[in-house]
Amino acid sequence: MKTEWPLWEIFIRGQHGLSHRHVGSLHAADAEMAIKNARDVYTRRNEGVSIWVVEAEAITASSPSDKGPMYDPSESKVYRHPSFFDIPDDVGAM
Amino acid sequence: MYAQMVKSTGKGVMSRADMSPEDAAFQDRIDAGEKIEPKDWMPEGYRKTLIRQIGQHAHSEIVGQLPEGNWITRAPTLERKAILLAKVQDEAGHGLYLYGAAETLGISRDEMTRMLLDGRMKYSSIFNYPTLTWADMGAVGWLVDGAAIMNQVPLQRTSFGPYSRAMIRICKEESFHQRQGFDIMMKMAKGTPQQKAMAQDALNRFWFPSLMMFGPSDKDSVHSAQSMAWRIKMNTNDELRQKFVDQTVPQADYLGLRVPDENLKWNADKGGYDFSEPDWEEFFEVLKGNGPCNVDRLAARNAAWDNGAWVRDGLMAHAEKKRARKTAAE
Repeated sequence: MKTEWPLWEIFIRGQHGLSHRHVGSLHAADAEMAIKNARDVYTRRNEGVSIWVVEAEAITASSPSDKGPMYDPSESKVYRHPSFFDIPDDVGAM
Repeated sequence: MYAQMVKSTGKGVMSRADMSPEDAAFQDRIDAGEKIEPKDWMPEGYRKTLIRQIGQHAHSEIVGQLPEGNWITRAPTLERKAILLAKVQDEAGHGLYLYGAAETLGISRDEMTRMLLDGRMKYSSIFNYPTLTWADMGAVGWLVDGAAIMNQVPLQRTSFGPYSRAMIRICKEESFHQRQGFDIMMKMAKGTPQQKAMAQDALNRFWFPSLMMFGPSDKDSVHSAQSMAWRIKMNTNDELRQKFVDQTVPQADYLGLRVPDENLKWNADKGGYDFSEPDWEEFFEVLKGNGPCNVDRLAARNAAWDNGAWVRDGLMAHAEKKRARKTAAE
């Protein structure tokens, strides 16, 4: 039997936070224990109000060498940034 | 410093001419101040040095719970006991963050733990000294955590991203600990003559071991240069030690305690204190396993690991069973 506890990635949404942020990882036998340990380790000083735990194995990450091909083209697509339309003053606030 | 005598490649700094194109590109990223992340290419020596340093740092947090845990049941007031408990709990968390950071380099926590338990990996020399009186809790917080902060604040800018982020978290809590320790020392130094004598005795015993935490003198530190070129390490051992002495001596003066060093003297020319070197022979003996508590510390960790095996296995078996039941129900 595999005896090493799996690794879990921990995400916390802060008191006034809009979204969950990755704060670190920990080992636990199951999700319940991961939540309990995350509460003790990562929210002891009121850091958050909501915890997500995800088994690290379930995460697929992009590769750092893809940086160029993945993100560069968005710069050239000006039509994605609709900040240049002239709206006549008569129309009012839009 | 919580990581001592970390062996890098064993050679000096790699020269530009000896670098492969990958090595050179990597060094350029380091020089530009870029953070290295787990999926990035890195030289094998960089990876190994970091596993040793972060692993050793994590082990130090775990073993460091023992000298302080020694006084939990005997803390003199309920308030002090609660503070000490919270502090030891923080150290466990620091170990956890650091093992997490080391694991991003492709080694597992259990593997590192086994290496600690059978002596293949080290932990900080300081935790091989015994805590003989309550005042030692003050001295450990003030001096040992103080020395740790001195070393860890620059490490917040270290080149490996996960390590630098762990340091940012840890430094915040570590400075709580230093203040707690100094508060104990203040109470004792300004208390009865017996309390003051205990505080002085604790300072006498922990002063030089604290100076040793920064590692050997620069002239004997063969692995520092490569670590500094890779920005794993930001300052030399002697620089940090000097800074620590300059900051700590006025605090001892404030307490009305005497630093146990005949040669301690303000040097106006360099704008810092002159002080005696610690006994390096003692330091190397402690690292070799021959300090006052080395055997006890490792025995305690080994016993916890061995006696806890059935609990770890039981929790895993239970988790497997629950998972199987859930899959069957779907």
